[in-house]
Amino acid sequence: MEAVLACVIGVLGGAGVWLVQRPRTFQVIMGLTLLSYAVNLFIFSVGSLAIDKPPVVRPGVPADLEHYTDPMPQSLVLTAIVISFATTALFLVVLLATRGLSGTDHVDAKEDEP
Amino acid sequence: MRLAVLLLLPFAGSVATAVLPTRARTVLASVAGLVSAAAAAWVISLYPQVRDGGVLRETISWVPSLGLELTFRIDGFAWMFAVLVTVIGALVSLYARYYMSPEDPVARFYAFFLAFMGAMLGVVISGNLIQLVVFWELTSFVSFLLIGYFTHRLDAQRGARMALIVTGAGGLALLGGVVILGHIAGSYELDAVLAAGAQVRAHPLYPLALVLILLGALTKSAQFPFHFWLPHAMAAPTPVSAYLHSATMVKAGVFLLARLWPVLSGTELWFWLVGGAGIATLLLGAYLAMFQNDLKRVLAYSTVSHLGLITLLFGLNSPLAAVAGVFHIMNHATFKASLFMAAGVVDHETGTRDIRRLSGLIRSMPNTGVLALAASAAMAGVPLLNGFLSKEMFFAEAVFLRSHPYVEVGLPLLATLASIFAVVYSLRFSYDIFFGPPSTDLPRAPEEPPRWMRVPIALLVLACVIVGVAPALSIGAPLATAARPVVGGALPDYSLAVWHGFNLPLVMSIVAISLGTIGYLWLRARQARGGLQRAPILARLDGKRLFERALVRVTRGSRRLLRLVQPEGLQTQLFVILTVAVVLALFAGREVPLEWGDRARISASPAFVLLWVIGAICAVGAAVMAKFHRLVAITLMGGAGLVTCVTFAWFSAPDLALTQIVVEVVTTTLFLLGLRWLPMRIEGIPVQRTLADRVRRARHLLVAVGAGGGLAALSYALLTRPAPHSISPFFLRHALPDGGGHNVVNVMLVDFRAFDTIGEITVLGTVALTVFALLRRFRPPPETKGQPEQQGLIAAETATDLVRPGGAEDEPRGYVLVPSLLTRLLLPVSLVVAAYYLLRGHNAPGGGFVAGLIVSITMLAQYMFGGARWTERHARLSPVRWIAIGLLLAALTGLGAIVAGYPFLTTHTAHLSLPLVGDVHLPSATFFDLGVFSVVIGATLLILTALAHQSIRARRGT
Repeated sequence: MEAVLACVIGVLGGAGVWLVQRPRTFQVIMGLTLLSYAVNLFIFSVGSLAIDKPPVVRPGVPADLEHYTDPMPQSLVLTAIVISFATTALFLVVLLATRGLSGTDHVDAKEDEP
Repeated sequence: MRLAVLLLLPFAGSVATAVLPTRARTVLASVAGLVSAAAAAWVISLYPQVRDGGVLRETISWVPSLGLELTFRIDGFAWMFAVLVTVIGALVSLYARYYMSPEDPVARFYAFFLAFMGAMLGVVISGNLIQLVVFWELTSFVSFLLIGYFTHRLDAQRGARMALIVTGAGGLALLGGVVILGHIAGSYELDAVLAAGAQVRAHPLYPLALVLILLGALTKSAQFPFHFWLPHAMAAPTPVSAYLHSATMVKAGVFLLARLWPVLSGTELWFWLVGGAGIATLLLGAYLAMFQNDLKRVLAYSTVSHLGLITLLFGLNSPLAAVAGVFHIMNHATFKASLFMAAGVVDHETGTRDIRRLSGLIRSMPNTGVLALAASAAMAGVPLLNGFLSKEMFFAEAVFLRSHPYVEVGLPLLATLASIFAVVYSLRFSYDIFFGPPSTDLPRAPEEPPRWMRVPIALLVLACVIVGVAPALSIGAPLATAARPVVGGALPDYSLAVWHGFNLPLVMSIVAISLGTIGYLWLRARQARGGLQRAPILARLDGKRLFERALVRVTRGSRRLLRLVQPEGLQTQLFVILTVAVVLALFAGREVPLEWGDRARISASPAFVLLWVIGAICAVGAAVMAKFHRLVAITLMGGAGLVTCVTFAWFSAPDLALTQIVVEVVTTTLFLLGLRWLPMRIEGIPVQRTLADRVRRARHLLVAVGAGGGLAALSYALLTRPAPHSISPFFLRHALPDGGGHNVVNVMLVDFRAFDTIGEITVLGTVALTVFALLRRFRPPPETKGQPEQQGLIAAETATDLVRPGGAEDEPRGYVLVPSLLTRLLLPVSLVVAAYYLLRGHNAPGGGFVAGLIVSITMLAQYMFGGARWTERHARLSPVRWIAIGLLLAALTGLGAIVAGYPFLTTHTAHLSLPLVGDVHLPSATFFDLGVFSVVIGATLLILTALAHQSIRARRGT
């Protein structure tokens, strides 16, 4: 499992890095979304992987890391998911506005000289 | 607390005037006048407590853990300054009521004016040096706003900028100096610093501290070579000049010199630096003032010169001179404020300030004329007026000073010379405009101003006369009170009297007045013949030109530097950033060998592998398709998101999985709404790639593969090692007993890390409002304005429910009828589901975020199938209000803990037992979560509906 997860974090991150270097704003916003998946998974996985040990305390089970997975990365990632939604929305509107103002969707708001 | 309230009073008045109607001159002036008068009365009532060397101290602990405190301290000197600041402030408030035109935004003037008064009062009564510097910079900043009050005028913009840069830079130097001074003295408290004078002067860092502090003081008081900003600050409205440039702002510099006089003075370096700057400014200012034709510029250069005199007095290292300096601060403030106001009256009533055009005004405005003549006589140093007394003290000091032989001979001569100049410019200001034949070509026929506009001038001139006639009786005791702390407690012998017998200083005064009168007559005759229009020799030394040239040079240099260090184009910049990141990561890897750990692995499940094969295909597919097939890319992106979501669920993170899936829905909708405004692909253009393109793409691919590979390796290395659990066990252990919830992640969000969550929902609300504001100004590109191609394909007369029939209501009817009916039926169900997730959030997966997003998605479905107009007709959604209520609720929950005596956001759980329901645990965090819920609904709906409304707007063609 660890190897699979590491690979997909790499694939998501690589695709994201490729996209953020592209010249069109839509590609960049897609790239940032992919990067945020990769980073969220990465932070989440730092807390170690566990199956069937959600951090919801049950009566009679001692509240320690033997019996529950690490809740801290989860709460960090939860915040990150919501914030990345907010930044994506902001970026989308900024790119629409620059497109309206400059007439192009190039990241520099002007086309490359031929 | 009492001194803090005194300081807050002007700031409170500033806020009050800012929200009053902007043209209500009388109301605004009353508020400002009453606030200043109240502050003045308060300050004056403190006199008995400071009279005999008493010091009022007050400390408010601010950040106790860092040892930061707010200290207020009023001794005799600070008291004198506070009286000047508040009393002249009250008079100027009254004057400005009549000066400002009804067309001006007067509320802004009074708001800044009172803010300035507060800042100046802060400088004066600060008992801590750092705190003093903060208020000092605040005065620079507010004076920038006041000088630039006429925002549309170029000279006001330039003058304000120049004043801000010069005094702001000086303030920065002052901060450096004060830090060194505090380091030497071992404390930033003024009391401690004042007591450490000998230690400071003997310290090797003393010269550095002195130079830096002087840079601050001299720039503020417009001393040579920084004097040039003050004449350009005359672009300010005249009440501002009367207040800032006579009594307060420019006096802050000499205030500091006097404040730190017991600590810093007494050395050769002090003598030459302070005394040198003072004498140079005294002469230069007076010399240039003689050749100005604008009334306010005469006063500006005269102010420069008088400040030079005060600086010189403090620079002489003699207690008697310091007393004279304090005395002259008071005298100059009184007559210069009245002169500025008189100049304003002349400007207001005649429409010009040009001395060459004004003449014989005494006939049309006799009262103002008499007041202005008296005040300028005080400025010239004529006996029986207050200016004479401090000037005599200065002459006496100049004569009796024991110093280098050159100084002993030169100083009395230069002092007399400066006095001659002063008589000349005073005569030009007064005699020139009030006597002679009445001028005929003025823009307005001159007449007396309203009575209440003259009253402030009359009161100030009255003070000049009373002090001038009976000094010992009127000002003797307050002067002693003010001067005692400056000279370190023991006052030297001096006598305040008009007549000291026939002595050398009196001879100097007589020489100055008679030679000045002769000089004035000569200058007038020369100027009448067209000569000497500008100051000989020194007119060419234009401080403004040098300043602007330096500014241009600095701007150009920084632009060049920016071009050097920052490559053009976002792509290149990102490439550099990413490459550097990858390379740095490789370097870091040299220290830590990249090898796999030995933690027990979880065996791979085929389903999971298959899942991520799909996920990886989605991710790579989205990357490839994002250029030309946006819809496909969005779909694939959603696929990758879903797989991520399943992964969270797989590895025991139900909360994350829930949040991820609802966010995924909202994000996808968002993208779909945005798609319409992006440029279409123009078919048929062959994709041509040049070699450069190929190289660039290869380079980017390399970085992408490097970054991805690095991430994968890093995450595998981390996953196979035991994770450090520094604080996680704490959260697990305390969630139930202390947080009152079973779901540890939710308890962390709304309780342990609630402060963080408050920040997060604030960001969310801010983003939503920003999106809303950005879209209000949104202008869609022309080719996307029309009807979408697909809708246009259907002929207009076709009887279909997909498009609106011509002439019918402005919305499609019967459009997707079945789904829209279903979503309406689903609405209550989903609201119940949302409520369920919200309520159980503390104990089971769920919570405010998830519940809020569920409600948003339900409402979005209404929008999608029912149409924006139908939905808004039937449901009054006000997203902005949801955001506001949510933020308030969250903040109030937090503040409730403070009221109960606990730190901000501490949770309290109430255990109730209700009939039928049974035992209920109601933690206050529930209310917090309710706030989160409300903000999430408001923000999401605001963002998405703002975007959706663009289509309606575009159709309407607005």
